[in-house]
Amino acid sequence: MRRKTMTGNLLAKAVALMASVAMAVTVSGCASISSTSGEAEGTIKVGLLHSMTGSMAISEQAVLDAEKLAISEINASGGVLGCQVAYQEEDGASDPATFATKAEKLIDQDGISTVFGCWTSSSRKAVKSIFEDYDALLFYPVQYEGMEASGNIVYTGAAPNQQIVPAVEYLIDQGYTKFFLLGSDYVFPRTANMIINAQVKAAGLEVVGEEYADMTQTDFAAIIAKIEEAQPDVIVNTLNGTGNVSFFKQMAEKNYTSDTYMTMSFSIAEEEVSTIGADILKGHMVSWNYYQTTDTPENEAFVSAYKKAYGDTRVTSDPAEAAYDAVYLWKAACEKAGSFEVDKVIAAIESGDISYKAPEGTVTITGSNHHLAKPVRIGAVGEDGLIYEVYATDSPVEPDPYLETYDWAVSAGIKPLE
Amino acid sequence: MAEIANTLFNGLSLGSIYLLVALGLSVTFGLMGIINMAHGEFVMIGAYMAYVMQQIFAALFGRSGSLYYIAAIPFAFAVTFLLGCIMERTLVTRLYGRKMDSLLATWGISLILQQAARSIFGSQGVNVNAPDFLKSGIQIGGCTFSYNRIFIICMVAACLGAVWFLMNKSSFGAQMRATMQNRAMAQCMGINTKKVDCLTFALGSGLAGVAGCSVALLGSVDSTVGQSYIVYSFMTVVLGGVGNLLGTVLGAMIIGFSSIIVEAYQSASIARAIVLFMIIVFLQFRPRGLFTIRSRSLDE
Repeated sequence: MRRKTMTGNLLAKAVALMASVAMAVTVSGCASISSTSGEAEGTIKVGLLHSMTGSMAISEQAVLDAEKLAISEINASGGVLGCQVAYQEEDGASDPATFATKAEKLIDQDGISTVFGCWTSSSRKAVKSIFEDYDALLFYPVQYEGMEASGNIVYTGAAPNQQIVPAVEYLIDQGYTKFFLLGSDYVFPRTANMIINAQVKAAGLEVVGEEYADMTQTDFAAIIAKIEEAQPDVIVNTLNGTGNVSFFKQMAEKNYTSDTYMTMSFSIAEEEVSTIGADILKGHMVSWNYYQTTDTPENEAFVSAYKKAYGDTRVTSDPAEAAYDAVYLWKAACEKAGSFEVDKVIAAIESGDISYKAPEGTVTITGSNHHLAKPVRIGAVGEDGLIYEVYATDSPVEPDPYLETYDWAVSAGIKPLE
Repeated sequence: MAEIANTLFNGLSLGSIYLLVALGLSVTFGLMGIINMAHGEFVMIGAYMAYVMQQIFAALFGRSGSLYYIAAIPFAFAVTFLLGCIMERTLVTRLYGRKMDSLLATWGISLILQQAARSIFGSQGVNVNAPDFLKSGIQIGGCTFSYNRIFIICMVAACLGAVWFLMNKSSFGAQMRATMQNRAMAQCMGINTKKVDCLTFALGSGLAGVAGCSVALLGSVDSTVGQSYIVYSFMTVVLGGVGNLLGTVLGAMIIGFSSIIVEAYQSASIARAIVLFMIIVFLQFRPRGLFTIRSRSLDE
């Protein structure tokens, strides 16, 4: 073991020294690494595990595209540790069981130990134990409900205290007092609403209604009638997928705008705005860590590269950006470890030194829980369909997936739903 | 009072959406006995045709406006009618009387159509704007009756009237009913049953296309939109009694009203389960649905 590490470190140094030298040298550096880790000569292979078919394909395509973009950029600038990055795509087909099968195939059969993948919490939960059993590494790019910190997963999206909690705090600051909670019927909205309920009650305010729509629900007339009856001043919306389109179109049908019922959504990013229509969503609020309009030089480069690769009509979004960051963070971790071996990469991640100057601002992996410290931004939908920041935290927010640093959450006994 | 009016209107509106989607199925499944799993995909194609029309109008006049939607309805009907015709000629016609085979084959077609939609329009859903004249609603007392919902109710009434007239008052309708009831005898009377089969199936598909235009204004337009409606449409036809237009109307209204009323007191997911349970119990006692046609051809 010790010998290997030493060779690894030496090689890393050698590669770093020779980085600017001819390609042949780099490839030979890679080939020698290969002899110790069993990779094919000159390339390191990673897995991309997303839904390319089924109901989630709509969302996961953008994430997949962002990951491929990051990989091609890395390859163009010399690869990782001198190796070119190759990828193998697998289709999770929007079905957690398929995700599990494909994860096992990637790791066990194809010998790929680093995977970027999943979107829904149910798909992540389905593959979690597989990554733990095989001691492989998953980069998960989507905001989620928290209450998890696996040693074999890096969560590059927001934990609840980086999206939900600050959004509700913002609403309370803005003087909203009557909250209506609306979500799709699965683990993320239910956990999110458990957190929001505790937070709103701790502030002495009122939750006037809580409703869950079926994932395939197309008619929201009855739910809208309940909202009319409850008379909230803000709707906290955790609907996911096509439900959002139906809900907002049917609200618009009744002439309800953001002036009648303000909404705060956690699953509406730029792409969803373009399918629902900016005229309908104008003025409604959302909470993320990143928007296409985020004003950093890194983001300017990211947006133009993304549009160049996939077309001018495409928009970037928070999950796509988090997926893009994930690839660069993996690169940074491998370079710090001087190896592609999962144990060493995880050790590098847990050192807490892995950070990346991302389009959203500098993000750093917190060693203890594998989440990112990242800035939080509340945005409002503009008439052009883009989202504009109305509030942002001054500095990156430390991740707290179990909400242990919030007194109201601890006293409400917030626990993971199983 | 306002609440009751609101609930009744919502029930009527949901019932008419189900009816609009199920009307085509009551022709293909109810009359012809074909289990067409691709019916939902014809609805999807109709919805996409509304989008295509919107884009064409936007390209021609700079703004899609309202007229695009008026043009989209016959356009969607024509496209799905034609596709239905092609599908009947190439596939369904080989599978008459083989229910299981036609179920599997049409399911295959449905998957192919979904993938085709994804390849053409992308996996991300597209945005169909409501035409200007359907954008707002009438305010009476405390309730808002949106023009869109009223328009759907009118449209379903018009489609229903047209189908009823076609089936019961026209000579093609007489040929159609004769073919479905006793094929051999109809052939002896000089009816071109192949042509009748083709046109009947195409009519059912065309109605699905019209339904698609309405569905496009209510929710997401993506490759999976048909899947959200297919189960309810089959349920509507089965509940109403296979092969009966009035039964389909009542079936749709019962499902629509009971969904809305149960949902007013329960959460949406539980409401769905309760409505499904009620239908299952009902079918235990009347396995042939609300209305049964007594005729020799249906005694299998």
